[in-house]
Amino acid sequence: MDKQGIIKIVEKYKCDAGKLLNVLEDIQKEEGYLSEVSLKNVSSVLGIPLTKIYSVATFYSFFNLKPVGAHIVTVCMGTACHVKGAFQVLEALEDLLGVKPGETTEDGKFMLTTKDRKFTVNTARCFGACSMAPVIMVDGKIYGYVNAKKLPLILKEYGWGVKNEKDSSDRRP
Amino acid sequence: MKKIVAIEDLDNIRKIGLKKLMPDVPRAAVGLATCGIAAGGNIVYEKLKETFEKEKVDVYLTKTGCFGICHSEPIVNVRLPGKPLVLFSEVKPEDVSEIVKMVKEQSIDEQRALCKIEEWDHIIPEHPIFYGKGFNGIPLWNELPFFAYQKKLVMRNAGIINPEDIEEYIAVGGYYALFKALKEFMPDEVIEEVKRSGLRGRGGAGFPTGLKWSFARREKSDIKYIICNADEGDPGAYMNRNEMESDPHMVIEGMIIGAYAIGASEGFIYVRAEYPLAIERLSKAIADARAYGLLGENILGTGFSFDIHIARGAGAFVCGEETALIASLEGNAGRPRKRPPFPAQKGLFGKPTNINNVETWCNIAPIIQKGAEFFEKIGTEKSKGTKVFSLVGKVKRTGLVEVPLGTPLKTIVYDIGGGATNGKKVKAVQTGGPSGGCIPESLFDTPVDYERLAEAGSIMGSGGIVVMDEETCMVDTAKYFLEFAVDESCGKCTPCREGTYQMLNILKKITEGKGTRAELSLLEKTARVVKLTSLCGLGQTAPNPVLTTLKYFKEEYIEHIDEKRCPALVCRALINYFINPDACRGCTICARNCPVEAIDGKPGYVHIIDQDRCIKCGTCMEVCNFGAVVKLSGEKIETPLFPVPVKRG
Ligand SMILES: Cc1cc2nc3c(=O)[nH]c(=O)nc-3n(C[C@H](O)[C@H](O)[C@H](O)COP(=O)(O)O)c2cc1C
Ligand code: FES
Repeated sequence: MDKQGIIKIVEKYKCDAGKLLNVLEDIQKEEGYLSEVSLKNVSSVLGIPLTKIYSVATFYSFFNLKPVGAHIVTVCMGTACHVKGAFQVLEALEDLLGVKPGETTEDGKFMLTTKDRKFTVNTARCFGACSMAPVIMVDGKIYGYVNAKKLPLILKEYGWGVKNEKDSSDRRP
Repeated sequence: MKKIVAIEDLDNIRKIGLKKLMPDVPRAAVGLATCGIAAGGNIVYEKLKETFEKEKVDVYLTKTGCFGICHSEPIVNVRLPGKPLVLFSEVKPEDVSEIVKMVKEQSIDEQRALCKIEEWDHIIPEHPIFYGKGFNGIPLWNELPFFAYQKKLVMRNAGIINPEDIEEYIAVGGYYALFKALKEFMPDEVIEEVKRSGLRGRGGAGFPTGLKWSFARREKSDIKYIICNADEGDPGAYMNRNEMESDPHMVIEGMIIGAYAIGASEGFIYVRAEYPLAIERLSKAIADARAYGLLGENILGTGFSFDIHIARGAGAFVCGEETALIASLEGNAGRPRKRPPFPAQKGLFGKPTNINNVETWCNIAPIIQKGAEFFEKIGTEKSKGTKVFSLVGKVKRTGLVEVPLGTPLKTIVYDIGGGATNGKKVKAVQTGGPSGGCIPESLFDTPVDYERLAEAGSIMGSGGIVVMDEETCMVDTAKYFLEFAVDESCGKCTPCREGTYQMLNILKKITEGKGTRAELSLLEKTARVVKLTSLCGLGQTAPNPVLTTLKYFKEEYIEHIDEKRCPALVCRALINYFINPDACRGCTICARNCPVEAIDGKPGYVHIIDQDRCIKCGTCMEVCNFGAVVKLSGEKIETPLFPVPVKRG
């Protein structure tokens, strides 16, 4: 994001406490991730050393430093979801989207993006919708009581590829 | 907008609010907290709106928060003039026409209703609000087992009022406690009242709230801060989310009273980023409160000034710890620091700071309005008041339950929650999240309060209760929480950073059937060292899940080590899937769905799983329509070597 855009965001936050996180989150909301350029511009607009901004951006798991796919599918790995089979949901999702399981980026965060950059899969710690475990979130929308059978239907809402659809109809009657 | 100064101003708004709550026309409200929306409540709302408009029905359609009965969402409540509030559960878009018809004809289908509310104690007004009598065929809300043991003090308005309408909050007595505190009490008297009530912090440790306030009060400083801790990091706990989404003004009112008592001029609500709706509703509530002169300069014309800002967290569990939270607010990586100095002496930007959990703040208004004696009568000797728990996991009726402290676990799990799902047996509950422990079924007589949970080796924590049944492996559970601790450890102190990592390695080996008894004692020893020597609460409590499962479920660890068997059939390395040749019909569905092509067979032939290729994902078992796939640990069944024709019969 350019400096102009960042100044606009910064103006929303009058109070120093919490400002940096609020600003970084707003940038990520718009661009999906925090690019090197954005971080440098935040540094010069706020007058905070880039090293410190980098330390903050890498400390908090919410921030992505790499571009993400068009749709973000987040699987809850919280306790309630864990005991109700979140891991199986994650596996089934990886299988459906054809992303290799268990991959993480260099900074140790779990994030997988499909080759066509349509979907990014990552995990979270709890959306506070635990009564409907297991839960996933797609682009901010929460789906409860998810299982391997429901996943293809959910993904279809987000334009899950025609090609994939065909081989799924072969596999999941 | 006219600022509120005199009691008449408040009374006038109350009248306006009551007209919305109990209008002369029917009122319909859809539960739209995160859980209600996820269950499709917003679609129901839109459809109701559209249909009411199309059919020109005279109705007041609005939204509410969550009534706590999350397993029955979406909830729609309907009140006909002069009649009780009637709740409908599991309302699907296709049920909308039915609801519209009832509203239009002003006649309720009693069979379809879940329960009714005739009068409701919103706690703060002098008298309960009387909604109406009638509908003898509908049970009262507290006749349902889910509610019968509950006492709604914190959730006094949730699911009934519109959380986005300050006038409805005032209608049920909101901001009257603030009025009383600012106009009739000296700051020290407020603190005295909170002290006498016996209220203890709801963020986990249970520190007496009034005492904590007095520390910040007596510090001399040009500026003081208060913070509302809404980081709610414990996965499986979501009461704070609901408190903010369903009744945001309750949090704000508590904070203003606290700020007055302590002498703070600025307040912050630190909300985790995963709660966008809570942030949205709090922001609106803050703006509305400012407009009415309840926040900002010269509150209620008393000369006292105070304002609240929202700061967002960014997915770090450790930021729930108070010193880490402060570091985070200051724009740093959220790492804790040594205490003392405590935040009351040196907090945010080095100034005296008082920090409390969301639910702690929610209890303040009733204490001031009703007096310490009212509050002090609820609960046990040392744990006063109620606590909201999120009852989740393998239990029939999930949701948010608020009970007096001291309620036995068995009441919560069996009477309220209805026991395990699918006729299984409940094995344990996990309380307190990653800092807590697992309490076995044999100890379910334990009354839930701060001391008794600690005696059992767990903690109250923020109030998550995750129910586990015979299909939950306790070694896997311990491993799960340690993975969490390893991920979330900020890395500053060695015992937590390295100790939890070593413990996790041992647990991984045990779940893979490669552990030894010597490692089991090493695990226990390491756990004690980490507990004793870590810098902050994260490390000090991270071993609790291990220690409690070792204490109560040691035999499960031993079975994994000696017999290479996972009795709950969870640990993948120790289980195998087989196809029962007598039940297989040769339909090929398992082979077609196997992601690694590990199943051999053809139409009409018994299918066989290649044990060397199987990754044990369980898909075959899920898709088989004949129950032919079995999961075993430490045993096997005879299967043919090659596909043979299926037995007909
Ligand atoms: C690792 C860790 C995580 C914590 N997470 C939270 C949290 O999510 N919410 C919270 O209110 N308190 C949390 N606490 C407790 C806070 O440090 C602090 O005690 C609490 O906010 C004080 O509020 P109270 O007195 O109202 O309970 C956590 C503590 C530790 C050690
Ligand atoms: S544990 Fe998954 S939503 Fe809370």
